[in-house]
Amino acid sequence: MQYVSALFNGLSYGMLLFLLGAGLSLVFGVGRFINLAHGGLFIIGGYVGFTVLNELGNFWLGILIGPMVGGALGLAADLLVLRRLHGHGRELDQVLVTFGLALIIADATRAGWGGDIRSVGAPAPFDRPIEIGDFSYPTYPLVIIGVGLLVFGLLWLLLQRTRVGAMIRAAAGDPQMAQVLGVPTAPVLRLTFALGVALAALGGVVALPRQALAPGRDFEMLLLALVVVVIGGLGRIEGAFWAALLVGLTDSYGKLFFPEFTVAMIFGLLALVLIWRPEGLLGRRAV
Amino acid sequence: MSRRLSRRDLLKLGAGLAVAGVLGCEGEEAATPTPGTPSAGQAPSGPPVKVGVLVPTSGVYTALGRDMLNGYNLYFQQVNFTAGGRRIELITEDETGDANTALTRARKLIEADRVEVFTGVVSTAAVYAMRDLLHQSRTLSIITNAGGNDLTRGRKSPYIFRTSFTSWQVSFPLGKWVADNLTKRVAIMYADYGFGQESQAAFRESFTAAGGQVLDAIPFPLGNSDFSSVIDRIRAARPDAVYGFASGSDAVLFLRQFAQAGLRGRIPLAVTGFMVEQDVLQSVGRDALDAYSSLHWAVTLDNPTNRRFVEEYRRRYNEFPSVFTMQAYDGARVIVEVLNAVNGDTSDPDRLVRAAEAVRFDSPRGLFEFDPVTHNVIQNVYLRQVRDQGGQVVNVVVTDLGRVRDPG
Repeated sequence: MQYVSALFNGLSYGMLLFLLGAGLSLVFGVGRFINLAHGGLFIIGGYVGFTVLNELGNFWLGILIGPMVGGALGLAADLLVLRRLHGHGRELDQVLVTFGLALIIADATRAGWGGDIRSVGAPAPFDRPIEIGDFSYPTYPLVIIGVGLLVFGLLWLLLQRTRVGAMIRAAAGDPQMAQVLGVPTAPVLRLTFALGVALAALGGVVALPRQALAPGRDFEMLLLALVVVVIGGLGRIEGAFWAALLVGLTDSYGKLFFPEFTVAMIFGLLALVLIWRPEGLLGRRAV
Repeated sequence: MSRRLSRRDLLKLGAGLAVAGVLGCEGEEAATPTPGTPSAGQAPSGPPVKVGVLVPTSGVYTALGRDMLNGYNLYFQQVNFTAGGRRIELITEDETGDANTALTRARKLIEADRVEVFTGVVSTAAVYAMRDLLHQSRTLSIITNAGGNDLTRGRKSPYIFRTSFTSWQVSFPLGKWVADNLTKRVAIMYADYGFGQESQAAFRESFTAAGGQVLDAIPFPLGNSDFSSVIDRIRAARPDAVYGFASGSDAVLFLRQFAQAGLRGRIPLAVTGFMVEQDVLQSVGRDALDAYSSLHWAVTLDNPTNRRFVEEYRRRYNEFPSVFTMQAYDGARVIVEVLNAVNGDTSDPDRLVRAAEAVRFDSPRGLFEFDPVTHNVIQNVYLRQVRDQGGQVVNVVVTDLGRVRDPG
């Protein structure tokens, strides 16, 4: 029975990582833009969700408001600062500036919410386990899996079936050609960036009943997001999806069989993928 | 928010209070020294005593550092930041979550600021890293948290005193209690790093000696975010109780997920006290109810010193103190008692050590005294249970497990 619950554990953890990694991957794919403040947006989502739950008493409102706040912050950051850093050959500037933003977010959240550990219980009716005979499993991870699948589906539809999606894909494929053909790449990138960080904030809210908010969580999540993006291949939403599931399952089965080496196993997986397919599982081979 | 203090606030506060004390205004809070504290007597003269305080104000242990600063302040204010005829000046540095940075900051306090007394330190890794520095500089060091066994054993130093605990001291008494009173069949889960390993080893030592059987021992990495697999293994082992050690957000997550899995109330928890201390309880609340734990203090511990301590802390900071606050509060008291005993003359390190060895007082935790051999505190350890007391989720003392001295 442990194997069954490890499967669900891995899937739900993987879905969280997908919400986190999808945005980072999209932004990189469309704008070749590296955002190291991504983990910060994840915990901002978490803290906003926490505050909404405490003030308004409704967890689901937090799921709505958290990503909106995250997306708005993303837009503001892009308009004020980040748009000056777009373009090829600016990677170092991007890394420096977004890392600075990450540090500002870390200090701002500490000033606003303190250094205490914050956590919330699972919202009703998902606060009790499902029991089938001898087997029982908490309900909330299944909610996370549902949210992850839903977001993946919607993103896929957005990218494959809408005009905006086509523009995003065009800008990701060849930004110069897209621009020549009349795709407004700067606004498209801004939109993608806002969408990406909104997803990270959504992840932060959804994770609340399973993870605790504390100083340092933002950088842990950033690291995991980078692992997912590198394994999946930069710029592909499907890549982030499968890579997140792979990391999630490696984590849960690793904990079951080799609890001492779980962290090492995730990075071992990363190393293997880099050796075998340096461009990532679904990444495009550079020509 | 009044509960957060930066280093600058602390210095301002210290200076402000010292001035207030001299001018004799606004002193009503500070004018209530704990019984048994020798009063400073004469007005302070000469240069202030420099006390270096190294606690984390950033990183994962931020909340603990804040609790400790509050504890230092609460006690030093009660004596108007004066002892042995000298003013006390606190120089605070950020320990951070990194042992190497902590060592650099400790070196700065000792070599650049030339502090006469050193205190603080949350992390065991950090205290091990700075052990030689403290020892060789012959700085009287009052460690108020870091609990690694070895600081009392292989790496002890005459200049290092500890007002907190060793990991052995807290968890050893619990094993026997569980075997005698709860069950002989447990599963163990613990954070896989120094303190977690030492804690589970100490529990196991007395538990198996009392006839207990460990069905499974499940380590998990520090900073774990998902405990489902740990919980599955616990369930699979079919224990009658779970012993555990996790702290901070690990503890919060485990307790939340243990309750979500429907195991709370079915499998009793008996854990090392830090796993259900105030910092964790204020976050998980009722999901921690009924958990047993062992620790050298409880917020509800019934003695006059503790009642006064908790009351004053709540009045000032509008929340419950934690064990970390209490350890720093006692650390401040040790410093004050030492300075009083030597009349503020800190020139001879060995004289300071002798003065510290003689310190004995009624602490919020009960009788406080140092082991003359190891310089670690000898103290009572209490068996507590998390209960709802008039709407507040707190640890209630179930029984006193007696005085515990680390064997060294």
